[in-house]
Amino acid sequence: METKNIMIAGVGGQGSLLASKLLGHLLLEQGFDVKVSEVHGMSQRGGSVVTYVRYGDKVASPIIDQGQADAIVSFELLEAARWLAFLKPGGRVVTNIQQIDPMPVITGAAQYPENLVEKMTAAGARVDTIDCLSLAEEAGNVKAVNLVLLGRLSHYFDFPETVWQEAIEACVPPKFLDVNKKAFALGQGA
Amino acid sequence: MRKLILGNAAVARGLYEAGCAAASSYPGTPSTEITEEAAKFPEIYCEWAPNEKVAMETAFGASLGGRRAFCAMKHVGLNVAADPLFTMSYTGVNAGLVIAVADDPAMHSSQNEQDSRHYAKAAKLPMLEPSDSQEALCFTKLAYELSEQFDTPVLLKMCTRVAHSQSIVELGERREPEAKPYVKTPAKYVMAPANAVRRHPVVEERLRKLAEWAETAEINRVEEGSDHSLGVITSSTSYQYVKEACGDRFPVLKLGMVWPLPEKRIRDFAAGVERLVVVEEGDSFLEIFCRGLGLALSGKDLFPLTGELSQNLVAGKLGLPVPDGKVLDETLPGRPPVMCAGCPHRGLFYTLQKLGCTVLGDIGCYTLGAMPPLSAMDMTLCMGASVSGLHGFNKALGKEAEGKTVAVIGDSTFVHSGMTGLANVAYNQSYSTVIILDNSITGMTGHQQNPTTGFNLRGDPAGKIDLEALCRAMGINRVRVVDPYDLSACQTAVKEELAAEEPSVIISRRPCALLKYVKHKPALVVDLDKCRGCKACMKIGCPAISLRDGKAVVDPTQCLGCGVCQQLCGFGALKEVE
Repeated sequence: METKNIMIAGVGGQGSLLASKLLGHLLLEQGFDVKVSEVHGMSQRGGSVVTYVRYGDKVASPIIDQGQADAIVSFELLEAARWLAFLKPGGRVVTNIQQIDPMPVITGAAQYPENLVEKMTAAGARVDTIDCLSLAEEAGNVKAVNLVLLGRLSHYFDFPETVWQEAIEACVPPKFLDVNKKAFALGQGA
Repeated sequence: MRKLILGNAAVARGLYEAGCAAASSYPGTPSTEITEEAAKFPEIYCEWAPNEKVAMETAFGASLGGRRAFCAMKHVGLNVAADPLFTMSYTGVNAGLVIAVADDPAMHSSQNEQDSRHYAKAAKLPMLEPSDSQEALCFTKLAYELSEQFDTPVLLKMCTRVAHSQSIVELGERREPEAKPYVKTPAKYVMAPANAVRRHPVVEERLRKLAEWAETAEINRVEEGSDHSLGVITSSTSYQYVKEACGDRFPVLKLGMVWPLPEKRIRDFAAGVERLVVVEEGDSFLEIFCRGLGLALSGKDLFPLTGELSQNLVAGKLGLPVPDGKVLDETLPGRPPVMCAGCPHRGLFYTLQKLGCTVLGDIGCYTLGAMPPLSAMDMTLCMGASVSGLHGFNKALGKEAEGKTVAVIGDSTFVHSGMTGLANVAYNQSYSTVIILDNSITGMTGHQQNPTTGFNLRGDPAGKIDLEALCRAMGINRVRVVDPYDLSACQTAVKEELAAEEPSVIISRRPCALLKYVKHKPALVVDLDKCRGCKACMKIGCPAISLRDGKAVVDPTQCLGCGVCQQLCGFGALKEVE
């Protein structure tokens, strides 16, 4: 099988590491070779962060390069647009519609771009949007945005539901399990 | 058992399986998780040392005592530990000693992108360089064997993409070697000139033997290719990019040991290909060695000396097709890292900016104080340079500088390298104002304990340095503590200490807002009737505050209710929820 590439984009602190951990666990259990490349350290402090998840028969590079991502999964709208160049032609963008102003916008040095979904679509991406924050709130914790997003992403895989549930149980601390499972289900249903 | 783990976790697993007994490190991205993961094995004594030099000497002591020992650091940490390193090369080891150093090409979280391979060459030590987690595990174990077989410390070089990428490893069992008896051997371990003179030839002979070993070592391997018009010499993550870009098309000499290098093996490989290309991140280290053998090749004439490589970059330079990506035809605003909402450093930096201070900075989260809108930093060099730099600045400029220049340094960084600078301030008497940003943790690297927090690496109660008492004992008479959430108190303290005609220390004390035990107030809300949209609250660069439709908006998912913005609002528009 040709290597598949998923990028997880977001703002430092949004929980993308749990999302990549869960995906990595799931793909390993499915018997794939897997590589997951993360960002630690300074960029985590509210900066633009991206995690690369690659799987297939044999994966060499730990990173995804321009024009190679089958999907960009984003916790934030501007971050989805930022990594668009990494998407394969016709690749899929699954993004939270939440907008978080970066510091240049807060200071007035720049404007938050408008109509990003339309612009990404016009550039050839198949864009799927979801309001993760509202659904996470509905699930009982605004921090469960990552599981809502994964729930939505699960539509694009052929794995049975039990595989996802097992991965959630393996990666989420027991005391947050209920909220996270609910968030995942809400993401699936959205 | 197969497991998907970080390269750093794989090194830790290698330590466990190799029977390592003691690890002493100082945290630094991208090396930190090695020691954190090693601490999860009760069989390995693990600690955070005050700095890398102390860590390396501690590890050396453990090796001397007869147990397999380890220390880890980031690339710039090896500069700090360079002093013991060069002479440990002369003494050699008793039990195995492995030193992991993690480079950060592209400077994801570093102040420079120096190439640590030069240290192996300069200190005449073997250096292994894994390219994924499985190799990180195996090479760590091999490093201990080499260390004991050749009586040498062994360097294990990581880089960000190997350290912070997860890949699959096969786990093995722990095999604990018998402790080596400690035998008094001054000729080997007392590096006074008379002994050191006899040890240097031993080092040279050892290096020759290691180079011989490298000729047949399995970790230096040739991977055959179908097309001999080109052959690649590479190592580390660059090897993975080459394989991704070229598959099995061209032959590859994959080097697992990057010092010393196998001369004959390289010559034989070169002889079998029409064109030789060296693919390496960082400096032209392998390239220069190969050129020294008289080989014609391409290297940094094709590839950059700066930043990281990638599969597309390698493919492009080797004349292979490169996939294209679409970009939006507008410039998107960047998203640089920022101080977190509720960060205790913010109030202090706002004060320094407001007072127009010249700020000599240091290494830590607070380096972010240099970013707009605070822009309150004039210099950042290395661990501890704020304090010693301030002393020099004040000595050069005198009163003019002393009245408006400060050093800012975190608690962990102060213990690492700031204390000696403060000793110089106290001893040679510059009227310097040093601000210790005490957030009770090593923040930037992800919350490691340090000698000022009162807890050790495992979170158990430990010795605790009393910063106030320490500064006084060093001869600083003016030592005061402020709460950085209190802007007027900060302003008073900074003004008074800058005016004082003697050295002073301000300890800006409040725990990092991300620490789990820190309790926060509810998020503030904006009274839209009162908000005039004047943006006064936005001067502090809090990521939780933005402007929508001409009014301030507080993001309830980020705001921790610290109240710093409230103190800037002239209209009482930022309110606590009743």
